[in-house]
Amino acid sequence: MNTRGLRSQLKDSVPVAGLCTQAGSYGVQDPLRKGFSSVKNELLPSHPLELSEKNFHLNQDKMNFSTLRNIQGLHAPLKLQMEYRATRQIQRLPFLQSSNIALDTLRGNDESIGFEDVLNDPAQSEVMGDPHMMMEYKLGLL
Amino acid sequence: MALSYILETPCPGFNFENSTRNTVLDGLLSGGKSKTPSPLKTGTTIAGVVCEGGVVLGADTRATSSEVVADKMCAKIHYIAPNIYCCGAGTAADTEKTTELLASNLSIFSLNSGRNPRVVMAAQIVQDMLFRYHGQIGANLILGGVDCAGGHLYTIGPYGDMDKVPYLAMGSGDLAAMAILEDGFKPNMELESAKKLVRDAIHSGIMSDLGSGNNVDICVITRQGVDYIRPYEESVYKDKRYRRYKYKAGTSAVLTERVIPLEVVEETVQSMDTA
Repeated sequence: MNTRGLRSQLKDSVPVAGLCTQAGSYGVQDPLRKGFSSVKNELLPSHPLELSEKNFHLNQDKMNFSTLRNIQGLHAPLKLQMEYRATRQIQRLPFLQSSNIALDTLRGNDESIGFEDVLNDPAQSEVMGDPHMMMEYKLGLL
Repeated sequence: MALSYILETPCPGFNFENSTRNTVLDGLLSGGKSKTPSPLKTGTTIAGVVCEGGVVLGADTRATSSEVVADKMCAKIHYIAPNIYCCGAGTAADTEKTTELLASNLSIFSLNSGRNPRVVMAAQIVQDMLFRYHGQIGANLILGGVDCAGGHLYTIGPYGDMDKVPYLAMGSGDLAAMAILEDGFKPNMELESAKKLVRDAIHSGIMSDLGSGNNVDICVITRQGVDYIRPYEESVYKDKRYRRYKYKAGTSAVLTERVIPLEVVEETVQSMDTA
């Protein structure tokens, strides 16, 4: 019985296991691409929008769910979050780009267009992870 | 162990990877003498007036890049919806892209619901978008349109502040234009006098501000439709460009003439196989 394999099948995404934040592709410091490493660079955000953009959807969801809870009671955000969790699990294999149709419909992204649809589209990314390795990582066999 | 095969999918949207590099490079190149290229600003005069039966929007047509006029016939009145147009001042690319995104969102809404969008909806969408980016998107917009509730005029600043006003001027020439508007505005003006008032306001912006110039564009939005007059008035300081600089045959006199016939000495033909 492979409990390790079963547990890692519940992962939502494939995180990068880095040795240090300045690590490039081969696990050592990459000053050409990432610049000279300093503690200040790693702790403080370099752009005023960096942190707020990274957490934008999380913060918006938190705000909406807490308002909903205050207005309609606990059941409303509970049911919605259950639906979000269910749709977030509909994914292709880790190295392929998933369309996230159900998740987009729930969030309302299918009726609006923003910078996320135009800039840095992951469907047009020029790099791809190695299929076998990413599957093994996801199943915990690595 | 190499980690190149485990990839974190990039987040869609803005990418801040290069911002540390950019701040380091900003003063570093050749001892601080060369600077990073600055974005194209429109240094503008834009104005709008709510009149009886609709809204009149006006803009100049100059786009500057520091001290040089980059575009003499820049279009600053952007299409948002069949009944809504938007004038933009500030960074040229930001106003273009923000208005294009707004137009796309509103057309999705129109296709979904089958109605023309209301002006307040457009103002709300763009206000949310600009507030999210905390002023980093440099777009000062005047949104004007006619919907089921009449004519409306909204101003939206780069930090996301919104105001609903009967007459308005923005851009670097807004003080000059506002003076004319304050003097001549009356509630429920008729269309022709509103057009003349907006033209006078833009003209005073063109005369008094270095960043505004060239022609005046006017956009009249009424319940019946839109009249986008571009240019409404051309600048008197236009230059005349002929675009063809060929001289007539015989312009320069021929002094002597010597003809040397070429003799063909040897001719070889080498055939190429074209597959």
